[in-house]
Amino acid sequence: MEPILKVENLKTFFPVATSMFGKKKYLKAVNDVSFEVFENETFGLVGESGCGKSTLGRTIVKIYEPTDGKVWFEGKDVSTIKGDELKKFRKDAQMIFQDPYASLNSRMTVGEIIREPMDIHDLYPTSKEKDEKASELLEIVGLKPDHIRRYPHEFSGGQRQRISIARTLALNPKFIVCDEPISALDVSIQAQIINLLEKIQEERNISYLFIAHDLGAVKHISDRIGAMYLGSLVEVGESNELYRNPLHPYTRALLSAIPIPDPHLMRNREIAAIDGEIPSPLNVPSGCAFRTRCPMAMEVCAKDTPKLRKVGNSQVACHLYD
Amino acid sequence: MSLLEIKNLKTSFTTEQGMVQAVRNVSLSVDEGEIVGIVGESGSGKSQSMYSVMGLLSENGIIEDGSIVFDGKEICPIKFDGTQKEWEKYMESIRGNTISMIFQDPMSFLNPVLTIEKQLIEPILNHRKKLNRDQLHTMAVELLTRVGIPSPAERLKQYPHQLSGGMRQRVIIAIALACSPRLIIADEPTTALDVTIQAKILELIKDMRKNLGSGVILITHDLGVVASTCDRVYIMYGGKIVESGTADEIFYEGVHPYAKGLLACVNNPEVDDNELRPIPGSPPDLLAPPAGCPFVDRCEHAMKVCKLYWPKEKSLSDTHKVHCWLTEKGSI
Repeated sequence: MEPILKVENLKTFFPVATSMFGKKKYLKAVNDVSFEVFENETFGLVGESGCGKSTLGRTIVKIYEPTDGKVWFEGKDVSTIKGDELKKFRKDAQMIFQDPYASLNSRMTVGEIIREPMDIHDLYPTSKEKDEKASELLEIVGLKPDHIRRYPHEFSGGQRQRISIARTLALNPKFIVCDEPISALDVSIQAQIINLLEKIQEERNISYLFIAHDLGAVKHISDRIGAMYLGSLVEVGESNELYRNPLHPYTRALLSAIPIPDPHLMRNREIAAIDGEIPSPLNVPSGCAFRTRCPMAMEVCAKDTPKLRKVGNSQVACHLYD
Repeated sequence: MSLLEIKNLKTSFTTEQGMVQAVRNVSLSVDEGEIVGIVGESGSGKSQSMYSVMGLLSENGIIEDGSIVFDGKEICPIKFDGTQKEWEKYMESIRGNTISMIFQDPMSFLNPVLTIEKQLIEPILNHRKKLNRDQLHTMAVELLTRVGIPSPAERLKQYPHQLSGGMRQRVIIAIALACSPRLIIADEPTTALDVTIQAKILELIKDMRKNLGSGVILITHDLGVVASTCDRVYIMYGGKIVESGTADEIFYEGVHPYAKGLLACVNNPEVDDNELRPIPGSPPDLLAPPAGCPFVDRCEHAMKVCKLYWPKEKSLSDTHKVHCWLTEKGSI
């Protein structure tokens, strides 16, 4: 099966201010990342804050320009496209943001918010059709059609996230980057949004890149999961497999730190604690970036950067499996 | 005698739209050496009930009724034995001393223009005056060591922006511990942190209880955090406590439809492909809260009586209490 999205050796560096004569420095937010997302699949991305997962999502939908590497979308290289081609790509690849309070324009009615992408992409000829479509989308996301005349401030956080999902769906996208879509919401509302995203995927055959630091939610919604550390993918695997048998020491530590809503289990659980905190992405350690915190670091880890390769059913970048 | 005993606390806020009844008749208690969780969604009144205890309500908030007894002394402003001025003075003498609070956002709590050392010794200076500079410095180093910050002497000279989020939260915990408090109120202490850091902060909170014997109140919406730390749990909804019990009673024998619903809609990664059953609808408007059970509009078992009257507390065991009409009907 051909993947809908293929990311190849993607790099996104941000230049950092340095002294006049100093060597130019870069913050390597995404460093040589490759993975694929298939049709109707949800690919989850996890990692600590600052690991580059949001930058990766944003580079894929071309909010940021990649420094190097390629992004193939439906067999076409979209990393360099411009003009009409780019517009077409933007219609197919959409994004849902974390904060539903910041991502909706408070001066526009809900109808205007949902119609805006249709206007930009000239989707429906008459304004009546656009309104009808907007009402229909509101119903799909579980709101009332007559909400189109209201303003965002009249809605709760969960309802706002529904509005932003409706806006995304207005363009019939094939691929959506969901960047922490539930972390700003209450627990009972999070489940509503997750179920809505799953329902939409089933009905419309959409692929998701689901970015979140809530590992429980990621495991629930994703078919496959990638764990990221300091700009690189350290492990990729089928989600149940990755959760049961994490291979990389980082994935292991990350998973063992999830608090499970089960007191009996928590009382007897060993946390594979990792020492220290994530190093600054300006000074990434040589070799394996995780070696400074890794309980199993060896000599070779400081010299060679491990490459992501197949071990069992998963892919892992670690010298333990050499 | 409990360390903290709150009875029928009622706290409201005057707003342009009217009175918001944030806390409605809340009663709870905490013993020494106990970690008690208060769980609820945003707007359920969990934080405001604790701000009432600390005497830290915003200008428009007032305690309308109720009693708060801490360490045998009534500290509720409306029942306090003395004038308003005397109450304020008394609260100042216990805040940061015998009761201290850990806030959610480590950046807005710390003063950006003061060194870590200055902020760390402030409560000690306020409450324990007879220490010289060297003693204070030694204490500060000791506190940072206790919360697991490496090279504490250097860290003391730094400013908050030079520390990572997890480090800052550790500093805040160190400040809260400075005077060895008997009660620690932690308001979402790990919500802004990564899971790896969260696990360590929770270990730290458990250690505090063990080493100091303090009582801890943990305000959170994360049931995983509750399961890994709390001895007892109160579930709040719409300004009321709907169910309380030991962690096991709440997680395995929960009765109230809201408490059960909450558990059914969180992800348990231990279960493969677990189905999430979200609670439909959204929380009630506390400007005009329903006369009966606040959960009535979202409850699948709602009856006529639920809309009209708030059910009495029913004891299912010495520790397990619930407010729900279903228990009267005998269906639970």
